[in-house]
Amino acid sequence: MTTQNNSSLERDEENVTGAQALIKSLLEEGVDTIFGYPGGAIMPVYDALYDFLDKVNHVLTRHEQGAIHAAQGYARVSGKVGVCFATSGPGATNLITGIADAMIDSTPLVCFTGQVTSPLLGTDAFQESDIVGMSMPVTKWNYQITDADEITDVVAKAFFIAKSGRPGPVLIDISKDAQFAPTSFKYKKYRRIRSYLPEQPVEKKSLIDAARLINQAKKPLMLVGQGVVLSGAEKVLLQFAEKTGIPMASTLLGLSAVPSDHPLWKGMLGMHGNYGPNVMTNECDLLLAVGMRFDDRVTGDIKTYATQAKVIHVEIDPSEINKNIPAEVAICSDAKKALKMLLKLVKDNDHTAWCNEFVPFQEAEYEKVIEKDIYPSKPGLTMGEVVHQVAEATNHDAIMATDVGQQQMIAARYFKFKNSRSCITSGGLGTMGFGLPAAVGAAVGNPTKPVIAFLGDGGYQMTIQEMATIKQENLNVKVVVLNNEFLGMVRQWQELFFDRRYSFTEMHNPDFIKIAEGYGIPARLVRERDDLAAAIDEMLAQEGPYFLEVRVEKEDNVFPMVPSGATISDVRLGPNS
Amino acid sequence: MQKQEFTISAYTENTIGLLNRITIMFTRRRMNIDSLTVSESAIAGISKFTIVVKDTEERIRKLCVQIERHVEVLKCFYHRNDEVVHQEVALYKVSSESLLSGDHIEKLVREYNARILEITPNFTVIEKTGHKAETQELFEKLNPHGVLQFIRSGRVAITRSNIEKLSEFLRERDRVQTVLDHNN
Ligand SMILES: Cc1ncc(C[n+]2csc(CCOP(=O)(O)OP(=O)(O)O)c2C)c(N)n1
Repeated sequence: MTTQNNSSLERDEENVTGAQALIKSLLEEGVDTIFGYPGGAIMPVYDALYDFLDKVNHVLTRHEQGAIHAAQGYARVSGKVGVCFATSGPGATNLITGIADAMIDSTPLVCFTGQVTSPLLGTDAFQESDIVGMSMPVTKWNYQITDADEITDVVAKAFFIAKSGRPGPVLIDISKDAQFAPTSFKYKKYRRIRSYLPEQPVEKKSLIDAARLINQAKKPLMLVGQGVVLSGAEKVLLQFAEKTGIPMASTLLGLSAVPSDHPLWKGMLGMHGNYGPNVMTNECDLLLAVGMRFDDRVTGDIKTYATQAKVIHVEIDPSEINKNIPAEVAICSDAKKALKMLLKLVKDNDHTAWCNEFVPFQEAEYEKVIEKDIYPSKPGLTMGEVVHQVAEATNHDAIMATDVGQQQMIAARYFKFKNSRSCITSGGLGTMGFGLPAAVGAAVGNPTKPVIAFLGDGGYQMTIQEMATIKQENLNVKVVVLNNEFLGMVRQWQELFFDRRYSFTEMHNPDFIKIAEGYGIPARLVRERDDLAAAIDEMLAQEGPYFLEVRVEKEDNVFPMVPSGATISDVRLGPNS
Repeated sequence: MQKQEFTISAYTENTIGLLNRITIMFTRRRMNIDSLTVSESAIAGISKFTIVVKDTEERIRKLCVQIERHVEVLKCFYHRNDEVVHQEVALYKVSSESLLSGDHIEKLVREYNARILEITPNFTVIEKTGHKAETQELFEKLNPHGVLQFIRSGRVAITRSNIEKLSEFLRERDRVQTVLDHNN
């Protein structure tokens, strides 16, 4: 502690510019990577960065949306705060989609945008945009700095807010004059803010009530959300599940928190989740929801959702408690802390008979859906077999990133995870174009494992330019485009709910192989099942980036499916069931 | 659930943009704000928002916890009308000529417990505090005599319970912070 104070005193004497103070502040926060794109209003910051390249890495993406999704991918694999830079005006507005995505998926980010020089604020100056006003509904906090002396304090506050409690994105807008102005550097991390209480002390009574319900339950089901990953509760969750014998199912963002081959893990919840967990949600007598928010994609019609069950809701954000589903017992806490305390209060138990009730549903789903998806007997290639084979070939030890649509759901269903933080996907916002840049960030954030990006032909083309970033950084990203020449998920809905009226979902695509080769990335096209295994082997043997396009069946559908607004247990296993 | 009038009181840090952050939450839920007042609270540096809206208690409760999510919001309470004492101020401008050309206006001022703030050769300003219905009624009575301008403030409100909720809350918050610091 004393040495830290001494050293910060030393630094205090330095005279620096606002821009230098900003970079030094990032170093104090342990930032090792920045994703960004320069421009006029942020040039002083980029200039200051140039002197610190031995301490911090900057990844130049090809679009600011790419930078922010990369920062998200980085944050999601590493658990650290993702950082990105953009210039004022269009640079800043290009961040908005990613900020909204990070907000709804609770991803810690600190975004810095340049701003016009402060006397010009409000004058419609060149590249002025009110990014603070625009980002207000989609940031956890934002702030505009026009005085260099505020920089260190605001950066410290931004990092504290982004990562504490329920994490989220923070945006800091810095006018160009504040970047140039002289200031002194003195860094002090934040530990508290008067008006902000990121977590509450856990009430003993709610723990005792919860433990009693858990101990009494005959048919308990645990729902695992991203809160488990964000709080680092993976280990204690397994101890808890094994001690109590409670079966688990996870949300899309909770995937990879529990190894998919764990006997108590029963699959994914929600619209395209597994049959068993969805049906059993409406059969169980106790629903123990941990670090999740009962999104409508998970619950279907809330009026008929788990009405027979008592609900225990463990959730750090008080505004999520009793928002969608009323809780019999609410534990407003970080998942890890709550589970640690509950672990001591619950009895050893065994629910084998109840767990066996999942089996017929698993068998029905296997027979009607899974087998056809991953071992198809019809000629056309399926997304399911590609995902399955890639996952097997990587021994399930890779990081999976996806875009949005059919390929996302298929990847989520069939990849099967061994390690936490290995499923990187856009959940709450469902942002097409997320997959490729998120894979960039994932590869930077965890260089020890290959990153497999499963993308649709539509979503790939939304951020295709990040192929250049992958090449420039020589990242270990294997891009797998599952090309059905349709905006597949929308086409599926048109087929099922709009009388097959395929209004603007057919895609005439460019030659993806040539494009990949143009970016200098080795590429291969697979049209036949017989070529798939060899192509996957070649892809995984290749060091660095690789591009694989697989032409899949054009009009396959993703099942099971809970039609939107339907009851969760009304899962359809096919178009007619 | 029935819609009814609620008074929301949010205590916040006094920072730029917070008004916007709070009002967009109403917009997003398609809730129309009937009245909004912001001013410094009894505790220096802390602002108080008083917002009047009509909606169901369920929606108001959820909205208040979501307002509290904002980093710069200390606490957000909501109350039914019978739980608060509330007032609005109304100002009425009439021509001094119509004031002097009979005793109708003076009588109304007395009857409605209003008062005359300022008389100039040209105009007279009358002030009345009260509930919206009362200030409205006086307007309707004055109007036939020629009201040149009429303006009503937003609501200010005080709870009927005898403790100042915020100071109690701040004390509790300090205690909680200390417990948390100790545990971490
Ligand atoms: C930015 C954005 N625009 C539109 C959508 C709506 N949308 C959801 S899935 C989808 C189709 C995706 O098609 P493709 O990328 O080819 O993937 P597939 O479903 O075929 O796997 C669309 C258009 C979206 N989620 N995001």
